[in-house]
Amino acid sequence: MSGPSTYQPQNKVLQWFEKRLPIGGLIHSSFVAYPTPRNLNYWWTFGGILSFMLGVQIVTGIVLAMHYTPHVDMAFNSVEAIMRDVNYGWLLRYVHANGASMFFFAVYVHMFRGMYYGSYKEPREVLWILGVILYLLMMATGFMGYVLVWGQMSFWAATVITNLFSAIPGIGDTIVTWLWGGYAVGNPTLNRFYSLHYLLPFVIAGVVVLHIWALHVAGQNNPAGIEPKTDKDTVPFTPYATVKDAFFIGCFCILFAWFIFFIPNYLGHPDNYIPANPAQTPAEIVPEWYYLPFYAILRSIPNKLLGVCALFGSILILAFLPWLDTSKVRSARYRPMFRQFFWLFVIAAVGLGYLGSKPPEGIYVILSRVFAFYYFAFFLIVLPLLGIFEKTKPLPNSISESVLGAKA
Amino acid sequence: MTTVSSAEHTRRDFLYIATGAVGAVGAAAALVPLIAQMNPDASTIAAGAPVDVDLGPIADGQIVKVFWRSKPIFIFHRTKHDIELAQKVDVASLPDPAPDSERVKKGHEQWLVVIGICTHLGCIPLPHEGSYDGWFCPCHGSQYDSAGRIRQGPAPKNLYLPPYAFLSDSKIRIGEESNKPA
Repeated sequence: MSGPSTYQPQNKVLQWFEKRLPIGGLIHSSFVAYPTPRNLNYWWTFGGILSFMLGVQIVTGIVLAMHYTPHVDMAFNSVEAIMRDVNYGWLLRYVHANGASMFFFAVYVHMFRGMYYGSYKEPREVLWILGVILYLLMMATGFMGYVLVWGQMSFWAATVITNLFSAIPGIGDTIVTWLWGGYAVGNPTLNRFYSLHYLLPFVIAGVVVLHIWALHVAGQNNPAGIEPKTDKDTVPFTPYATVKDAFFIGCFCILFAWFIFFIPNYLGHPDNYIPANPAQTPAEIVPEWYYLPFYAILRSIPNKLLGVCALFGSILILAFLPWLDTSKVRSARYRPMFRQFFWLFVIAAVGLGYLGSKPPEGIYVILSRVFAFYYFAFFLIVLPLLGIFEKTKPLPNSISESVLGAKA
Repeated sequence: MTTVSSAEHTRRDFLYIATGAVGAVGAAAALVPLIAQMNPDASTIAAGAPVDVDLGPIADGQIVKVFWRSKPIFIFHRTKHDIELAQKVDVASLPDPAPDSERVKKGHEQWLVVIGICTHLGCIPLPHEGSYDGWFCPCHGSQYDSAGRIRQGPAPKNLYLPPYAFLSDSKIRIGEESNKPA
């Protein structure tokens, strides 16, 4: 937002208010008049979808919190009471649980879009890092929310994930005891996870504000990866991007509704309908699908501490992406070699997700190690070298030329 | 927005209005479960089912307290003296006029069944206290008589009557008015 606002309210009351708190002007310049590249495709609607899903999760979560009891003796039954007794409780629970999956699906599409089109490159490095922070917050929130159900998977996932910190030399066990609030996962753990699960979505909302602010400083990236040069390269956000976002949110909700109303338990694990039993570990402990790639990476390394480092490293390495990729060209449209390595990366990531759901034996372990190696090699070897050796295709002269042809 | 001659409605106008209308319907529909979930749920409604009380053990002159829908219910086994006192009162002089016959069921005048919540601000009045052979509310000094009527103090109304019916001479069901003539 540069320069004074072009927003001039007609209404006298609005003028009075605008002089004292210029929210109208802020909304107008950020979401109405805001110049948006005219060549954005549907991959750019996922930011709006994510904001929508955050709203859905917060609203359904607050409403569910009116009926949930965060005590080890009553938590599971309170969830069943929501499903059976509370008016529309079944709907609210399924929206919230499947909403988490849809939230992660959207965030992965959003991240892959950023990687493909080079949206992390200068001057959008902070924007990208804020996104990594948002992703970490989402993972923490989703994990704690799953524990609240207090089924078998909830309890044992909590045990496994909190035990990861015992890998830290020296202070590891102290940290784990501190996290648990006891000698094992128990009521203190459940209570604090409830408090933090309610808190973190609002922290996410705050970081989203920073994320959108950082975005608006640099302006959106676009499929051509070249900056807008003239007014002909952009269109006002409203109605063009607003309506495109609204349309695709509608399509997204059709998929969302398909899960809620026809296959609401498909993405979950049946073992989580068994009340938590601290004395018995289920035959296979698996996290929800959106953590599976990292689970596969963790299990592919035979050493406890190195496995944990690989797990956290595989997420944190994303923050260094702007500096690891040395290419001056942003969009994969003009980077034929990068494109091929990128799709291999997508295959590796999805493959790791599949392998994370399998027992850690035989061919699954071998493949996990191959894909995990490629995952890290992509960031640490391929990207730095591509900037030096890749022959990129010539960039178009302007965005409008790439859309409208030379007669633009 | 792009300029359009105001004389004709364009397809874009139609699309805007249609989308807006569907969006408004969707928003209203989304609000329904969010608001409905705060209403009493099935288990609360089930716990509010009628309560049967056996009157046999209640001695002459005794007042017992039971709960129905989380509200205290006073059941007063009135002596002949209590009934006389209640019937003799000049109805017109009462703050909330009501004859004794309207406070009990015909043929069962010795049984007074009222909701034990002071109609002032909601405290539970104390039995066999006060000057009117009934209840005294310690919060602000309201006094009720042997028919549960307000006689003195800040309460505006008589103690409310719950729906109830006699299943037999010694058993009542609180929560249901039966269709049987009293």
